Amino acid sequence: MNLLHELSRERARYLSRRWFLRDCSVGLGGIALASLLQDRAQAAVQASDPMAPRRPHFQPKAKSVIYLFMAGAPSQLELFDHKPSLRKYHGKPVPKDVLGGQTYAFIKPDSAIHAPDFAFAQHGRSGQWMSEVLPHIASVADNIAVVRSMTTDAFNHAPGQIFMNTGSQQFGRPSMGSWITYGLGSESRDLPGFVVLSSAGGLSGGAGNYGAGFLPTVFQGVPFRNGRDPVLYLSNPAGITSAAQRRTLDTVKELNEHRLGVVGDPEIATRINSFELAHRMQMSAPELVDLSKEPKHILELYGAEPGKASFANNCLLARRLVERGVRFVQLFHEAWDHHSDVKGGVKGQAAVTDKACAALVKDLKERGLLDSTLVVWGGEFGRTPQVEASAELGRSLGRDHHPQAFTYWLAGGGVKSGLSLGETDEFGFNVTKDRVHVHDLHATLLHLLGFDHEKLTFRFQGRDYRLTDVHGEVVQKLLA
Amino acid sequence: MTRFLPSMGLALGFAVLAAAGPPSSERDIAPLLSTHCLACHGPRKQESGLRLDSRDAALKGGDHGPALAPGKAAESAMVLVVEGRHPEVARMPHRREPLPAHEVAVLRAWIDAGAPWPAAAAAIKQSQPERPHWAFAPFHQPAPPKVRGADHPIDRFVRAKLRAESLQPSPEADRTTLLRRLSLDLTGLPPAPEEVDAFVSDKAPGAYERVVERLLASPHYGERWGRWWLDAARYADSNGFEKDRTRSIWPWRDWVIRSLNEDKPFDQFTVEQLAGDLLPDASLDQRVATGFLRNSMVNMEGGVEPEKFRVEAMIDRVDCVSRTWLGVTLACAQCHNHKYDPFSMADYYGFYALLNQDDEPRIDIPSPDQASRRAAIEAAARAIEDKARASLPDPDARLEAWLRDTAPAAGSWQPLDAHEWHSQPMKFEKQEDLAFLGGGDIHNFSVVSLWVDVTNTHITGFKVEALNDANLPFNGPGIDGDGGFNLCEFTVLAHPLASLQKSEAGSEPPHNATNSITFSRAIADAWPDGAHPTNTIDGVRNKDGWHSSFTKGRRNQERRIVFQASKPFGFEGGTRLLVALWQKPDGSGRPNHLIGRFRVSMTTRDGLLEVDPLSARQRAVAQLPPSQRPAAAQRELFREMLLHDPAFAEVAKEWDAAWKDWPAADHTSLALGARPIPRKTRIFKRGDWTRPTTEISGATPAVLPPLPAGVPANRLGLARWLVDPANPLTARVVVNRVWQAYFGTGLVTTPEDFGVRADAPSHPELLDWLAREWMQPSAAKARPNHGGGTAAPPAPWSLKNLHRLIVTSATYRQSSRIPPALAEKDAQNRLLARGPRLRVDAEMVQDIVLKASGLLSPKVGGPSVFPPLPDGVMSLAYGQIGWNVSPGDDRYRRAMYTFWKRTVPYPAMMAFDAPAAEQSCVRRNRSNTPLQALVTLNEPTMNNAARWLGWRTLQLGGPNPDSRATFLFRQVLGRRPDARETHALIRLAADLRKDFASREKDAAMFAFNDPQNPPPLPPGVTTLDAAAWSGVARAVLNLDEAITKE
Repeated sequence: MNLLHELSRERARYLSRRWFLRDCSVGLGGIALASLLQDRAQAAVQASDPMAPRRPHFQPKAKSVIYLFMAGAPSQLELFDHKPSLRKYHGKPVPKDVLGGQTYAFIKPDSAIHAPDFAFAQHGRSGQWMSEVLPHIASVADNIAVVRSMTTDAFNHAPGQIFMNTGSQQFGRPSMGSWITYGLGSESRDLPGFVVLSSAGGLSGGAGNYGAGFLPTVFQGVPFRNGRDPVLYLSNPAGITSAAQRRTLDTVKELNEHRLGVVGDPEIATRINSFELAHRMQMSAPELVDLSKEPKHILELYGAEPGKASFANNCLLARRLVERGVRFVQLFHEAWDHHSDVKGGVKGQAAVTDKACAALVKDLKERGLLDSTLVVWGGEFGRTPQVEASAELGRSLGRDHHPQAFTYWLAGGGVKSGLSLGETDEFGFNVTKDRVHVHDLHATLLHLLGFDHEKLTFRFQGRDYRLTDVHGEVVQKLLA
Repeated sequence: MTRFLPSMGLALGFAVLAAAGPPSSERDIAPLLSTHCLACHGPRKQESGLRLDSRDAALKGGDHGPALAPGKAAESAMVLVVEGRHPEVARMPHRREPLPAHEVAVLRAWIDAGAPWPAAAAAIKQSQPERPHWAFAPFHQPAPPKVRGADHPIDRFVRAKLRAESLQPSPEADRTTLLRRLSLDLTGLPPAPEEVDAFVSDKAPGAYERVVERLLASPHYGERWGRWWLDAARYADSNGFEKDRTRSIWPWRDWVIRSLNEDKPFDQFTVEQLAGDLLPDASLDQRVATGFLRNSMVNMEGGVEPEKFRVEAMIDRVDCVSRTWLGVTLACAQCHNHKYDPFSMADYYGFYALLNQDDEPRIDIPSPDQASRRAAIEAAARAIEDKARASLPDPDARLEAWLRDTAPAAGSWQPLDAHEWHSQPMKFEKQEDLAFLGGGDIHNFSVVSLWVDVTNTHITGFKVEALNDANLPFNGPGIDGDGGFNLCEFTVLAHPLASLQKSEAGSEPPHNATNSITFSRAIADAWPDGAHPTNTIDGVRNKDGWHSSFTKGRRNQERRIVFQASKPFGFEGGTRLLVALWQKPDGSGRPNHLIGRFRVSMTTRDGLLEVDPLSARQRAVAQLPPSQRPAAAQRELFREMLLHDPAFAEVAKEWDAAWKDWPAADHTSLALGARPIPRKTRIFKRGDWTRPTTEISGATPAVLPPLPAGVPANRLGLARWLVDPANPLTARVVVNRVWQAYFGTGLVTTPEDFGVRADAPSHPELLDWLAREWMQPSAAKARPNHGGGTAAPPAPWSLKNLHRLIVTSATYRQSSRIPPALAEKDAQNRLLARGPRLRVDAEMVQDIVLKASGLLSPKVGGPSVFPPLPDGVMSLAYGQIGWNVSPGDDRYRRAMYTFWKRTVPYPAMMAFDAPAAEQSCVRRNRSNTPLQALVTLNEPTMNNAARWLGWRTLQLGGPNPDSRATFLFRQVLGRRPDARETHALIRLAADLRKDFASREKDAAMFAFNDPQNPPPLPPGVTTLDAAAWSGVARAVLNLDEAITKE
């Protein structure tokens, strides 16, 4: 047992060093602190508790993130990017000089322009333009910042999603959520630091969207499942009560401690700790996902129905996760790939998601959580102003993939509310003002979480990798 | 407050200087400039017009003036810039970490001292230091140091270093521990208790060596080390990306296991995997071996450009090969010259070119029975041909006459050079011969449209050739299935070019009767019953058609169809043609697909158009004098005559019938084949495939030795170069990775990077000695063999020999216990004063549990299997597959056979850091997380194992709790429990029994797979006992030690 004491002393030393760095930082000056912390971030992942909360480079605005990933790529033209001029060009090709040599996944570039059918109006004091299919998000127009000038490099789904989530089109890089948990650890002791929720279809980019890449595996996103067993293998085997489970774990612990005394490997202490954490997760997760305890007005606000698998339930669950200290919650809703009938498709998905998105913003705000929680909404790219139609694929009145311009919105966590950022040309084709590239978005998200995106690095293959690769500028206009 | 920081840094820097003396330009400044500056301001690149590789250049400066003011550090631009205080220039190094304070101090002191330039100009040359970087340097020839008490060369290197650090080696581990360690290392499986007993009681000399030989000879050796190789090879059973379709490449995995079990020398192992198909008389096995490179991901998402993702696969292969064999980050030079290591973009694309010359066939792997049935069919068909030949008085003359008669049918055709083409969801690419090759999201329906501008005013017809291609299944011409195709309709619209606006480059001529070309007839060189070529001009675009549903003998041949226009056409001033191929299965249920490679031509010839019974290639051969035709070609021409000349209709019928029962192969695999004309490689500007620049030919990186004399500049040359004894990297890199598998950390901690930024090896001489010894075993290595048999003489490049060498060292055999003093001094065990103690790899976690419980199926090789997976896991995938749980023993196979779906990798293994197979992995993480605990506690297969082990404990573990506890420990951990452990298990059994007592139903549910039909229990044993002991088994399987190599 001496070694256990050794270990706890070691941990005490580690903690006091952390205290020193956190609370005595003033005396060292900002830059020195940053480099020391950076140094420590590398070291800390080898410590016995890689998920211990860590301080970022500077005072953060946001502590946690809820990323509503609208996979499949929603049409910005039906939702946010109001382009009355398209009516004028309806049925005509996009001029060549605007096209600029772009090729598409399915359509010919000279396909006709297709004007959206929805009415747009301005909302709130901020006067944000939104389509009639988003009445609820419109009601929180003053609480969100809408970026109509997003742009990306990829226009196929899997590479596009991977790019949006990892900053690279090549598989194998760490995802945003894993970078952030690597940088910040997690406030939750009973739950994973990075939780993935999913509704609608399977993901084009697959598990690479929330993988840890070359970062330690502990930082990868943990998919929660619908139902009472949110984490894989959370439930005891049939017939084992929680008392029997605890009794078993006590023996496992006793024998592991005994072995630790014999062989002296601190990894055993970590394993003992892992089993305790696992057990705590077993105890707390079912309560977490049990939405039936939520008051009726909250369930109604989201449109959530306990026991059902839905985007609305996931939004409410995301709030509960953040309340419990989970660092990064990513909701994937793969349902927006409207190559045909973009009108009907967008209307349908708006009906599924609009209310819950708005509810999440309202609910977080009412609980005082919105200031410290960054909500992000958007997909992997946008959709063409040109129409997609194909007899052989049975498609008509749809839109193809469009990387040049699309819309994101953000709320809370230090984002300027009511902001309307960026503009596109009269075709909704190219960004003409305040272009925000994917790398810029990443730099900004990291900034809000207290990181200099150039300094949150991990050395792999001799190179200091970062989420933003060698790019990215913080979008100052987005900051509150 | 930040303002005084630089001076604080300076103070620190001076402290460093004070200790080290004044800065030396050679020792301090040259490496500083080389590391931080010269990548952008050196001989290769001069950002802002600035060079810093000579004093003159630095004084001359760049766009922002001189870089240096000798004697005046405070005013020197260089200092201002690295401190981030320059008014115009961003802080340097650009977008990298700032210089550490002590280096800034050195720089300042040096400038203040007048900036004396390093004497030898060569001293500052980026990445070309006077002495090559250790990893690129030729091998040292170190002799193991003499150390008292150490005989084994490995121990002599290790102990010499321990001695220098005043550390003592640990004693040898006890035999039980050692056997479990050795069994896990060599076979990936824990030892059976009987094996432990046998080893412990073998008091004769050489007991250990005998066990080593037994394990090396086990068929499971190939599985354990095969899995090690699969990591680097990024093996998976699906394509990756959105569609993530299933692929069959497990025959390659089987090849790896077999090759390792045979101890195929690593040089041969390398050559066959990279270029087995290029070896003389390549066997099917050697072609299967080339699957290594085919493990790249493939994007078949709708609408993707096939070439974009072919290039991505090539990039992956460069990365994989350079990482696996060379341990270098060549991939960093795809977009720019490497920032740290001496690799230029030319090096990158030269390497790329070596790999870029191939077709990517899918190959058939018939069972022996199928192979012999196929051979019989082929023989029968030949016999029919021979019989027909024998029946002719002068067969050669008959053939010449036929060739002469049919020659005019070849006609004169002008291939259409389309300026635009479109199809969806599949994409086609125009090739040099103006044919189109399909790829991407493979479908069996599409309209492929071509836009072509022509000047002819007298167009009389068109020809579509369905062509073979090695990248198509069975050589095509169809894009999928059995290589069959179906063309429903062929249409042409024509429009006067003059009436189209210039801006409408690709615009479609209006569809109307006035410009729609009508055809009076369609003829093809062959068609099966019910697929008359006329179907393609009957106005029905989505039914019937001209297809290729022949029996095997004719199915995968090139085919031609000719369309005669009702009247000649063509506008003065040019004509825009929109040619469309309407394709869809014919509705008969036959697996016909799109024509994977096709070419459209037109003719202006008058009169009745004909179709050549020979393909263009055959016609070219036919035009040679008979004496110059190869025998096989001559035979082929004769066969075509039999099949096309109506005079032989009866023979043709008999011949077709002979192929009727052609057996499809049970299995296929992915392989490589050289293109007849190698693909050209160009350097991509900034790594962007849409911006090809200079053409480059295949070559190896300049800093490494060139290709050996006499090898071709292709995959084969690359493979021979990798295993050439002059190559300094391969042996070091592979030996290091083997070492890592044993000790958890390599002698070089970064097996993926042996470049200048990597930490130096902990034992550089040992690394070189091992590498050389592996490549060319010294004769003295014939160690006494205690087993009584004759030791095989050590073979070059023998992996088994390398394993033997490592595991027989005392270093490997040390106890892994960690005394506190050692934990303090060397927590990572880099000095090797103790044995390794490591949580095993993901696959071994599962294998240990299955083996210990008695459930493990010992079957080696075969297709991947589907163990139970919780509901809903697969729903995360876009391209979902039916996860039909394998029946019988296949549920309990070794984990390496679990079907690996890239977008939804098997969660129980991902929790234990299995690589996702998205790219080559030469070093796994080794994490320790709560999710792992949930897997071992609750995952269904784990629970089945606990249940089974509990039941076996009651059957075989004796009647009393003591003996049962011992049985359990020995099954799982190899060793016996001590008193305290026994006691803890007995208490647990009693408590669980009590807990279940009031819940008999729960007890049965937990204890038995099928509570309705419980297995027989020994006399006196109840369901409660079964449940209690399954619970105890579960606890033992969850011990840290169970999944740890001690």
